[in-house]
Amino acid sequence: MRKRIAYLSGLAAGLLVAGAVHAADGSWGPGADDAAFQAMLKSGFREAGIAKLSRLEQDATQAFCSDPKFAESKEAAGKRAEIEAANLASIKWPSDGKFLGDFKEGEKIAQSGRGLTSTDKADQVNGGNCYNCHQISKTEISYGTIGPSLTGYGKLKGNSEQAQRETWSKIWNSKSVNACSNMPRGGHMGILTEQQVKDLVALLLDPDSPVNK
Amino acid sequence: MGNPMKIRAASKDGVTEVKVLMSHEMETGLRKDASGNAIPAWFIAELSAKLNDKPVMTAQWGPSISKNPFLSFKIKGGKAGDKVAVTWTDNKGDSRTDEAVVT
Amino acid sequence: MTRRFAVGLATCLAVAGFAAGTARAEGDKTIEGIEAYREALKDGNPAELFEAQGEDLWKKKAGPKNASLETCDLGMGPGVVAGAYAHLPRYFKDTDKVQDAESRVLTCMTTIQGIDVAKYVSARWGSPEKDELNAIATFISGMSKDVKVEVSTAHPKERQMFELGKRMFYYGGGPHDFSCSTCHGQEGVRIRLQELPYIPSPKGAASGWTSWPAYRVSAGQMWGMQWRLADCFRQQRFPEPIYGSDVTIALSMFMAGTSNGATMNTPGIKR
Repeated sequence: MRKRIAYLSGLAAGLLVAGAVHAADGSWGPGADDAAFQAMLKSGFREAGIAKLSRLEQDATQAFCSDPKFAESKEAAGKRAEIEAANLASIKWPSDGKFLGDFKEGEKIAQSGRGLTSTDKADQVNGGNCYNCHQISKTEISYGTIGPSLTGYGKLKGNSEQAQRETWSKIWNSKSVNACSNMPRGGHMGILTEQQVKDLVALLLDPDSPVNK
Repeated sequence: MGNPMKIRAASKDGVTEVKVLMSHEMETGLRKDASGNAIPAWFIAELSAKLNDKPVMTAQWGPSISKNPFLSFKIKGGKAGDKVAVTWTDNKGDSRTDEAVVT
Repeated sequence: MTRRFAVGLATCLAVAGFAAGTARAEGDKTIEGIEAYREALKDGNPAELFEAQGEDLWKKKAGPKNASLETCDLGMGPGVVAGAYAHLPRYFKDTDKVQDAESRVLTCMTTIQGIDVAKYVSARWGSPEKDELNAIATFISGMSKDVKVEVSTAHPKERQMFELGKRMFYYGGGPHDFSCSTCHGQEGVRIRLQELPYIPSPKGAASGWTSWPAYRVSAGQMWGMQWRLADCFRQQRFPEPIYGSDVTIALSMFMAGTSNGATMNTPGIKR
């Protein structure tokens, strides 16, 4: 019985300590404070090809989302909205006002997962990585499931200007819609060109696209 | 000379099953290296197996077989204590023989 | 009347169930086919060839001190290899560091054999130096096959490594905003047709941790956990983790510690 009390008080003390750590350093346990973590990052990597060490430096969105326990908490709701607003404000809209490119090109971009790794060349044409996570055209059976199925996307969403704008913002900067989306910010981070984003919007929305057949 | 093979041979009901793992690049000759030069073909071209010095199988191989090939075959006969020897010769003339005792 | 309605509804449900069933069955069939292929690969895992090479390297005298690695202490006393991998990473007093099997081998090469390991650390993947290290790790891991993972987080430095690994797991960056958790942070998802373990769960951590080092059939290469992690970071669009660095050990500690109690199935084979 006495043992049990000792255990319980130990637990309470443990909780208090954990609480204090959380306040100072976020969600991480003993020893994983900012200073130790930064030292580990700094000593842990070397640049390789086009993947320079600067890639380890986070922007505000990345830093916020790297503590998912906090990022998904109630207290962080305001911060999430702030991050979405900032990402939304930074979106570059199509320079000629046209959202829809060529869906056939879009399919090729969606298929390709290439580009920007340490073994890729700087002049490599980047892919969109889309099929890695999404079902898109019905004919492609090798698709991932990290993101929702996009088959029939345009049939559901229509092809109004509003639909085009929303699709553009999701692909250009996914974090404008969901602060810590798993999806890369294709346009915002320079992974995809403006034309590539247009082609992807067409893949999803063009009534003739295989996605909507 | 190459790296050693791993050979397992087990006899059951008068049939000896032999499993061989070979260490070989098995380069097809169709691939290119990072600078765009063709990598020369290099593969096991001939393979033979003996049970107690008696040939039981020969095979002609080509570049379509995978790197580090795995081969499994059965010999009619053979008993515990018998010797199985496998030899490969590649298209560069290199050759290697390894043996195992049937269990 | 009520009864008739009930029967009609049941039929209707059965039809709907059947339709959904066939759609799923097709997807499952693809996965089943891949499973059958994986099963077939297990007979004759070329990893055995690397185990044999690793054992030779372990026992061969080498380096300026012309010594073998046979007296290397992998945490269970000098020269004890059996079961050692299942208890790594762990804290080592002599280096005052938490080390995994691969970084511990570097320590032994330095202290026992007198080898300057800098060129082993910097060598590219697939180079003869890295192939040696991979073969040795494969040998060590094979000596823990079927042994239960039992990794301690009792020492403050072990605890710290585990926590740093967890934090690293969620650290997102680079042009794609990717972290380990982008792919390994949800249950039951795939990239293309490749199922992804949910690493923060014991089952997911174990499916990763207990199956490496593994022979990769498609590449014809033997990969240790260090190489596996480096390739994850490559696909994450990160710079390259340094071989044996704390970043790699922290992530291994996070996985190993989370999979405690699971059984080592090393060396593994992957398509």
